[in-house]
Amino acid sequence: MDVFDDICGVMDVICPMHVMLNSNGDIIHAGPTLAKLWQGEGYQNTRFLEMFEVLRPKAVTDMPSLLATTGHKLHVRKRTDPKTTLKGVLMPSSVSGGAVVNLSFGISIMDGVRDYALTSTDFAATDLTIEMLYLIEAKSAAMEASRKLNLRLQGAMIAAEEQAFTDTLTGLKNRRAVDFILPRLIEKGTGFALMQMDLDYFKAVNDTHGHAAGDHVLQHVARIMVEETRDEDCVARVGGDEFVLIFDGFTNRGALADLARRLIQRIEVPVPFEAIVCNISSSIGIALSRNFPLLDDAGLMAAADAALYASKRGGRAQFQFASDLENIAASITSSTETLSELSEDISSRHGRSGPLS
Amino acid sequence: MHGLINRAIQCFIRDSYGRERWIEVTHLADLGFTDFEVMLHYDDAVTEAVLKAAARTLGVSRETVLEDLGTYLVSHPNVEALRRLLRFGGVSFVEFLHSLDELPDRARLAVDDLILPQMELHEFGVNNFSLTCHSPHKGFGHVMMGVLRTLADDYGALVFLEHLGGKPGIEVIEITLIETAFSAGRSFELGARAG
Repeated sequence: MDVFDDICGVMDVICPMHVMLNSNGDIIHAGPTLAKLWQGEGYQNTRFLEMFEVLRPKAVTDMPSLLATTGHKLHVRKRTDPKTTLKGVLMPSSVSGGAVVNLSFGISIMDGVRDYALTSTDFAATDLTIEMLYLIEAKSAAMEASRKLNLRLQGAMIAAEEQAFTDTLTGLKNRRAVDFILPRLIEKGTGFALMQMDLDYFKAVNDTHGHAAGDHVLQHVARIMVEETRDEDCVARVGGDEFVLIFDGFTNRGALADLARRLIQRIEVPVPFEAIVCNISSSIGIALSRNFPLLDDAGLMAAADAALYASKRGGRAQFQFASDLENIAASITSSTETLSELSEDISSRHGRSGPLS
Repeated sequence: MHGLINRAIQCFIRDSYGRERWIEVTHLADLGFTDFEVMLHYDDAVTEAVLKAAARTLGVSRETVLEDLGTYLVSHPNVEALRRLLRFGGVSFVEFLHSLDELPDRARLAVDDLILPQMELHEFGVNNFSLTCHSPHKGFGHVMMGVLRTLADDYGALVFLEHLGGKPGIEVIEITLIETAFSAGRSFELGARAG
């Protein structure tokens, strides 16, 4: 019995999760950490296989088959809640008259420390469990930091993209934005209006009064366009004094004519800048997507552009709708001159879609 | 200097004195940005400028800033993860002291490009220790003063600490352990998660 006590004392320190079994397979001693699995109740005279179900190898149901696993890895599960899974290995031993089984939590360690409130002293000094728990926490913290960095980078990327879709002088959208939106609207196929607008006499303002005056006028015009349109409309500056407005789902001819008229009226109001006053106006061409079902974004832009040139040729400060005649599609790629003539031709045939009355 | 260390200084000032005070420090240090990224590296001069600016803004010495930083690192709820990682070092304060030798290795396990100063613990009798910190960054010993003082509390130990100065690259702290179980300390559960 002295030898048994002596061995148990040694095993309790170097393998605190071991059990000693007698020849019947009864537990006659358990290491201090493993004893915590009984959660306060004594383990004395419990049979090992009553306490644990052997998951692997299969068909271990009695002491002889348990002994047959000697030296091989065992997977066992506690039969009562929490059904902790453990791994272990059995070796026959004359000290206990049966066998010694050493167990470990393996991968279920996180649940194990929580379920049984284990502390550092529950593990052998040579056991790497504490280091593993340390690593799990350290890596989680590092991953969390990394995740946050990724989120911030993603935010910065979205902000950068947003900026790239914005005209920095006026705060309106830019050509990139139009190129992005237009094909998607065509794809969606729900109908929209595309408005092209050029400022009249803007070059004169720039040449006579300088760029500062020109910039001021552009910002002023941008403000008017934003005020006259809905939040969901796309208002973009696509060139020096060229603008594109896209109205998703707003295709009523009369309402669009009203809007164009209002824009021209407001833009014609002289703009004071320092000691001078700038006088400009604007010409507009409007294309309705439903009238050009066969055109892509470039074609639709060209159609609106053709109408815009018709307005210019018609004496500026006016707007035109692009014709819905089928043959315009074929003519769109022709020269500006031809397009203007065509538009003029169309205007005379259909009557002017009125400049200011 | 690793972004984690710079970020630690930022969080210390922000959590202890408020975001405005931190912004003030970034202006004074002429940073040109307001937030350090933990996963990036910065020039050492940047860290030095921040420390100098913090000392000036808070009206205390550089040493005090560093010691308070050490205290913050192991006591503020926002950086609970760090306290837990350090508590993995040992079940008692003395065991923790002995684990300091391997602290740089432990840090590297977690973040492989984080280089912490090498530390060496010497034992004189049962209750007297000295900790030698080898660091090219002057003042690391003061950070450790804050860390040790606070963790001693955490373990429930009563200690007396003295920064003995040192020479360039080396700082020595004298540690006198007065009582190992002076108070209950704070609990440390292996299975708990830092919030």
